Amino acid sequence: MNKIIAWVDQRFPLTFFIKHELTDYPTPRNLSYWWGFGFLAGFVLVIQIVTGIFLAMHYKPDSNLAFDSVQHIMREVNYGWLIRYLHSTGASAFFAVIYTHMARTLYYGSYRRPRELLWWTGQGLLLLMMATAFMGYLLPWGQMSYWGATVITNLFKATPVYGDQIVTWLRGGFAVDDPTLTRFFSLHYLFPFLIFAAVAIHLVALHTVRSSNPSGINLADKDNIPFHPYFTIKDLFGLGIFMIVYLLIVFFKPDLFIDAANNIPANPMQTPADIVPEWYFLPFYAILRSVPDLAGGVVAMAISVLIFAAMPYLDRSRVTGGARYRPIYRAMFYIFVIDIFVLGYVGAHPPSLQIRTIGEVSTTIYFLTFLLLPFVSRWEEKFVLARGLPPAVEAMARKEIAEAEGNV
Amino acid sequence: MSEENTIKDGADLSRREFLGTVTAGVAAAGVAAACVPFVSSMNPSSDVLAKATTEIDLSVIAPGEEKTFPWQGKPVFVVHRTPEEIAAMAASKGGKDPEPDAKRVQKPEWLVVIGICTHLGCVPNKTESGWLCPCHGSVYDNSGRIISGPAPRNLDLPPYHFVAENKILIGKA
Repeated sequence: MNKIIAWVDQRFPLTFFIKHELTDYPTPRNLSYWWGFGFLAGFVLVIQIVTGIFLAMHYKPDSNLAFDSVQHIMREVNYGWLIRYLHSTGASAFFAVIYTHMARTLYYGSYRRPRELLWWTGQGLLLLMMATAFMGYLLPWGQMSYWGATVITNLFKATPVYGDQIVTWLRGGFAVDDPTLTRFFSLHYLFPFLIFAAVAIHLVALHTVRSSNPSGINLADKDNIPFHPYFTIKDLFGLGIFMIVYLLIVFFKPDLFIDAANNIPANPMQTPADIVPEWYFLPFYAILRSVPDLAGGVVAMAISVLIFAAMPYLDRSRVTGGARYRPIYRAMFYIFVIDIFVLGYVGAHPPSLQIRTIGEVSTTIYFLTFLLLPFVSRWEEKFVLARGLPPAVEAMARKEIAEAEGNV
Repeated sequence: MSEENTIKDGADLSRREFLGTVTAGVAAAGVAAACVPFVSSMNPSSDVLAKATTEIDLSVIAPGEEKTFPWQGKPVFVVHRTPEEIAAMAASKGGKDPEPDAKRVQKPEWLVVIGICTHLGCVPNKTESGWLCPCHGSVYDNSGRIISGPAPRNLDLPPYHFVAENKILIGKA
């Protein structure tokens, strides 16, 4: 075995790579469990790819066969029910993990210099993931699948001048139909591999700038410990907890995230009475609905997703450690999180007058958080510096401020 | 293990090794168990298994005629043999895989064989004296026995039984 590894090492940096990027990779010793969600996301990606490949062996991307082939998987394929529920629950698990991962980044300010590219590659991953989830949702060819795809492709109507042509082009027809299904299947199979490649880029960026840590200061060398065994064990323990929750849903409540209406085959002649997107799109859907204009709603929804990329510039505070040493930023973070849940509630309910009002208010709060941040963060910086900070944090903040002012 | 993990005096190294091995063993067993559903899903599904038996009405086959029926996706040759053919086959022992004709049929006028050449799986074509495989020239007689060519064995017999005078059920002996 050692001989084989030595042979490979002369031709490929196998041992070096494992040591450098994994076993000896220096990791801040104070990382909490909030730093384990990146690993979990990678793990769920693997679950999705593996279960997806096996589902594709039995699934038929044809508008006449798709619905029945999913029933075939559920009833006749050995363990088909398990593989499908792992996949459908896995989609929700993926978003739950990624949203937590993003919330941690926002709370601790991990998007800050020098981690902007790391944050942006993550943003790209989120968009790829959303596209993949959306296209995958059409494949069972139920009523929700069909009308979800109809509504979302119709968003592109908002494109100036060429809107209608673009919608027709996306669908390959005048309505969502067989050509839409086959192309969504093809791309739903392709995108996970793009995500896989993008994850590699995300990790290269991570290993260039190294993990952030809850203290917000750059740790001395002695405060970094090898990734293995300390964080392999920590991540695996977190994985154990995750798997318990995930598998409880898979085995005991597998329909939790499957809308009942999706057990009715797609019918282009009738829209279900209550049409709602998957839970992970609800807040964005609520924003779309809160703007009383087709193009305006679409633009607002697009911005609501893309605006996270601007965080490194919107947050102008030079106090590190994110919300930890910044009471106002912390308050804004919690208001924002609550606001997202409110938006989710709004998105899940039919737009009555009351729901619409709540939606408009929470949409305003959503965007206001981002718009106020540049001003609030500068003011807050002065405030906390005057109030006093832990010496190491204050030193870092003052150094950054001095550097910034030196450049002016 | 790096230096930080150096065992201090009095620490029980064998205990740590034991726990490590057991943990890895349990993890490996868990991964293996998780593979079972995936491997199993590639086996025939229950709708495929439901095609395991096929009923055939023999009355549609005239004496001297051969008809091919699908069974589990494979061709099955059913031959209504004439008295001359029966006599000729009873007199012969076959070729390289000798077997009496009586052992290959349940009723002498009905020969039921799987129509897949025992060489490399092509479907042989009917001839006057039996079958000829188009792929590599194996010749079978009217009992499905190999006479010449590369095929190692006689044509296989499917399990079947007569459910009525003129009806057989293939797939169940």
